[in-house]
Amino acid sequence: MIGNPQLSPEGTLKHLLTIEGLPSSVLFHILDTAVTFENVAQQEVKKVPHLQGKSVFNLFFEASTRTRTTFEIAAKRLSADVINLNVSASSQSKGETLLDTVDNLSAMQADMFVVRHAESGAAHLIANHVAPGIHVINAGDGCHAHPTQALLDMYTIRHFKHRFENLKVAIVGDVLHSRVARSQIHALTTLHVPEVRVVGPKTLMPRDVEHLGVRVFHDMTQGLKDVDVVIMLRLQNERMNGALLPSRDEYFKYYGLTPGKLSRAKQDAIVMHPGPMNRGVEIDSEVADGIQSVILKQVTFGIAVRMAVMSILASN
Amino acid sequence: MKIQISNGRVINPATGTDEVQDVFIAAGKIVGLGQGPSSFGPNRVIDARGKIVIPGLVELVARLREPGFEYLAKLESEMFAATVGGVTSLSCPPDTDPPLDEPGLVEMLKHRAKGRNQTNVYPLGALTQQLQGTRLTEMGELRDAGCVAFSQANAPLVDTQVLARALDYASTFGFAVWLQPQDPYLGRGGVAHDGEVAMRLGLPPIPACAESIAISTILHLVRHTGARVHLCRLSSAAGVELVRAAKVEGLPITCDVSINHLHLSEHDIGFFDSHCHLIPPLRSLRDRDALRAGLADSTVDALVSDHSPVDDDVKQLPFEASEAGATGLELLLPLTLKWAQQDNIPLPRALSRVTADPARILGVSGGQIGLGSNADLCLFNPDHEWVVTPQSLKSQGKNTPFINLPLLGKVSHTIVGGFLIYEDARA
Repeated sequence: MIGNPQLSPEGTLKHLLTIEGLPSSVLFHILDTAVTFENVAQQEVKKVPHLQGKSVFNLFFEASTRTRTTFEIAAKRLSADVINLNVSASSQSKGETLLDTVDNLSAMQADMFVVRHAESGAAHLIANHVAPGIHVINAGDGCHAHPTQALLDMYTIRHFKHRFENLKVAIVGDVLHSRVARSQIHALTTLHVPEVRVVGPKTLMPRDVEHLGVRVFHDMTQGLKDVDVVIMLRLQNERMNGALLPSRDEYFKYYGLTPGKLSRAKQDAIVMHPGPMNRGVEIDSEVADGIQSVILKQVTFGIAVRMAVMSILASN
Repeated sequence: MKIQISNGRVINPATGTDEVQDVFIAAGKIVGLGQGPSSFGPNRVIDARGKIVIPGLVELVARLREPGFEYLAKLESEMFAATVGGVTSLSCPPDTDPPLDEPGLVEMLKHRAKGRNQTNVYPLGALTQQLQGTRLTEMGELRDAGCVAFSQANAPLVDTQVLARALDYASTFGFAVWLQPQDPYLGRGGVAHDGEVAMRLGLPPIPACAESIAISTILHLVRHTGARVHLCRLSSAAGVELVRAAKVEGLPITCDVSINHLHLSEHDIGFFDSHCHLIPPLRSLRDRDALRAGLADSTVDALVSDHSPVDDDVKQLPFEASEAGATGLELLLPLTLKWAQQDNIPLPRALSRVTADPARILGVSGGQIGLGSNADLCLFNPDHEWVVTPQSLKSQGKNTPFINLPLLGKVSHTIVGGFLIYEDARA
């Protein structure tokens, strides 16, 4: 049996693969470190030297714009050399295995891999394989985890709500296929949010999800009642194919976030979305662009949080 | 060749006898127990003090990977692994490339595997051509070529009309049909039990009802056709319950469970350990306990290793993309002993699940120690501890969830047809 590869025996972070199993002290350390990077973008020279001389490889086996770009910006602001690889278009199509690709890049003196892959567990596989001293950040693996997204979401929540211990948070939509939701749930429960709700139809809800410490709602008006934070999840169009949902229209009717449904939440509730949004499918434009929406702030905070993760890993 | 095995603890699971006595072998048969024939002059005396003498193990599922998958394993390596594991008879499923759906292929395999110093090989013929689930194979011809039963291996048979007719046709000649029960639609794309672990890891799930639905369908067709069916590798408590009821009803049903499912659960997947990517998936602890109880009370007839050698290239991948399967021939005996020890199962009964019971399912002689029976025997040291490592395994497949685990029980001698074909002086 393979052990948990992301923490050293002393409890320091070697890789960031999943939120599950990380103590709250590690999460708070990342959030607090991110605060110190928030102002870098406002400086005249938008750079700090933390990763000078280090090579960060953005290893994306699955398409991404936002995540890859924010990781690239974060690494560059830390003065790292950044190499972007869109692997789906190159070696994998030539038949090279995942670990061979990693070995080849390691031979080019990589210090850090930022990995996105369509299959759950890909980042763990790589972390178990690389030489000591090389750090792996999971930028999304299959339906499993997307830890930096969850961390930037926690950063956003703390920014607007200041603390976690008195919050009700609802995560709405396709929880079944969502690595973001899984990581958010672990982060919220680790940070002592007393009530985490998941809302969606049964076909998009993993069996036994209550074991993660969440309350399950199928009725969105009930699920949003009195919550402080509403997190909407992206609905992939292909979900209409596998008999999971009948249509986008029906989904929007029952699980799309409209001003009417949002009025069930607290007056000062914030609305979040990991992006990219499907307007008119999971969220009404009026809400997405409304005053309660903090969706674009999430993107901005994402850079500081990713800088924090990278600088902590590099210093460990 | 005449062999005398002296002072060993002889266990014959078929009769439940368990006593220290000598075994006398001549001309491939057991010619004396306790007392040898008069003027028995052995060519070889094996000192079996401290050892246990049992019938050679009978393995119901050993993929030898020939023809077609020689890069994963070869007949020689896997036959040797069998002898090291004390396995003297094995049956191999038809999911080779091409599948065993023509008499010529079966004859070739039998020919390649033949030799007096080898484990007995009993091929299973394909139930349908190319295992595609549409057209029947020439079962009569395949039987004449050496097939002992017919199977779809892990290939789905989606069309229930074809399944009904295959069972009808097979039962015309009294052939048994072996089926791995998993609904092909509910299991589609899945790699792990639909439970807490798959949910946490984001792995595509296979619900337990995929198994019970398939078993229910098969049981209805057994009532309808009267065919004899062996269910391969149960994984769920519900599956065990259905078989228990079917046996009470008197249906001609047998079934087996693998060493992996007997000892492991979904939790052993841990952080995506692809060694635990198996067909069917490892299920909950409750399911595992039901399988153990079923094996103990003979609802589950046989314990198998489900030997499926795979190499690192197909295992060192993300869990979902990795190939299912694990090596097992050399682990069958120690893991049987481990189960007996953990659950307080008397040794004769535990060993019956890997000797007399599978022999009965195969319909072959073997699996027992009696006067006049074939001299297929295994001697082992029950106190010898060894660690499962790539070096200690002779199979070409080194991947198993039990890697690095210390196990008790090591085979010291394997005898097939009266010939001593394997000996380990250190055991």
